[in-house]
Amino acid sequence: MTLHEVTIIDYGVGNLLSVQRGLEHCGAKVSLSSDPKTILKSERVVLPGVGAFPRAMEALHRLELISTIQEFAQLGKPLLAICLGMQLLMDESEEFGLTKGLGLIPGRVVAIPKITIEAKAQKIPHIGWSALRSSNPNSGWGESLLRDTQVGDYAYFVHSFMALPAIPEHRISDVIYGGHRIPAVISSKQITGCQFHPEKSGEAGLRILRRFISI
Amino acid sequence: MEGLRIIGSPNEFALRYYQQGADELIYMDTVASLYGRNHLGEIVRSAAMNIFIPFTVGGGIRTVEDARDILRCGADKVAINTAAVSNPQLITEIARQFGSQSVVLSIEAKQIGVGKWEVYTNNGREKTGLDVLEWAKICVAKGAGELLITSIDREGTRKGFDVELVGEVVSAVSVPVIASGGMGKPGDILSVLGDVGADAVAMADILHYERSNFSAIRKVALEAGLGVREYDLT
Repeated sequence: MTLHEVTIIDYGVGNLLSVQRGLEHCGAKVSLSSDPKTILKSERVVLPGVGAFPRAMEALHRLELISTIQEFAQLGKPLLAICLGMQLLMDESEEFGLTKGLGLIPGRVVAIPKITIEAKAQKIPHIGWSALRSSNPNSGWGESLLRDTQVGDYAYFVHSFMALPAIPEHRISDVIYGGHRIPAVISSKQITGCQFHPEKSGEAGLRILRRFISI
Repeated sequence: MEGLRIIGSPNEFALRYYQQGADELIYMDTVASLYGRNHLGEIVRSAAMNIFIPFTVGGGIRTVEDARDILRCGADKVAINTAAVSNPQLITEIARQFGSQSVVLSIEAKQIGVGKWEVYTNNGREKTGLDVLEWAKICVAKGAGELLITSIDREGTRKGFDVELVGEVVSAVSVPVIASGGMGKPGDILSVLGDVGADAVAMADILHYERSNFSAIRKVALEAGLGVREYDLT
């Protein structure tokens, strides 16, 4: 087994090629899998995702991957959840009614506010590059996947909902959109969620992927 | 085809622009619909190998399957124009399958009167009789997540963007608008981004022929107080 092995969970939502290529570019040996045994044996796992929350949970349920991911997380091995993947980490989501999530990080997924703090109409989804800020000025990024990231680095976002952790310490980085603070990176133990796409965020994103494959 | 010039391989240009700090790339096969072809897949697949920013692919996408193929090859968004005019339902079908964020509606606009523009297709060759502002609203209602507005009158002139056109479209819709056509110098972005509030500008030959570059363009934007991505080149 090489040091930089990564398994991407393939549950039929979205294009996995870009994530795979980003990780390979950083030096990882990447495999795609929807097999619970393979996933549990992996060194590191990426949970990708685009689309709607209920449909993604349905797909994970159908493939019997919900308990697999929960079990994998309990083993304390690194798990990186990207975009909708990050939202799936939470207890529940308000997208199309209330749907239960993986429950790995306490909190809820809610819609991005439709008006700015100046009460102007806000464009939804939030698409584009936003600067990463620190959620807790008192704690740095040294222990997280953002160790090599600078405050102010830009990342590429595409989302209409946001994951709000119940515990402030789980919030690592935010972006400001329409004056609102929106969680960009959340983390608990070896589990990290990225609302943006590190595989589409240029060198700043690749630095995060490099960090992930080297822990 | 007359009037076209080959200036190099798309992927060499793409990689260079990625390394120089482009925020997104748009691949457009401008004559695909005319020839009824769709073979951008290979170009897209090879771009996905070493380019780690979003990219949009357009030209010749006529069905949900075409869109699926392009997205599977690693594109983030598909741009549709001609096919949407002949079958507006296609916008909804692609949006339903892959999400609105993956559907960019490309609109070629030609001015036909004061404050009035007509939608063209096939790279400015065919008129449709559709009003640009009405069409933009219809496309958004049908699920387009972004609009790419190209002024046919300005395209290739280097006279600057059609600021009035872009401003009217921005006020008409609630999705991001990308202004295209006519960029001659870095300062041309200021009126279209700053004054009328376009979300992005698309540029082609100003870069292809190296009349300017990203650092010069970003400098102009930053000095004018526009929010653009700052990055380090590594």
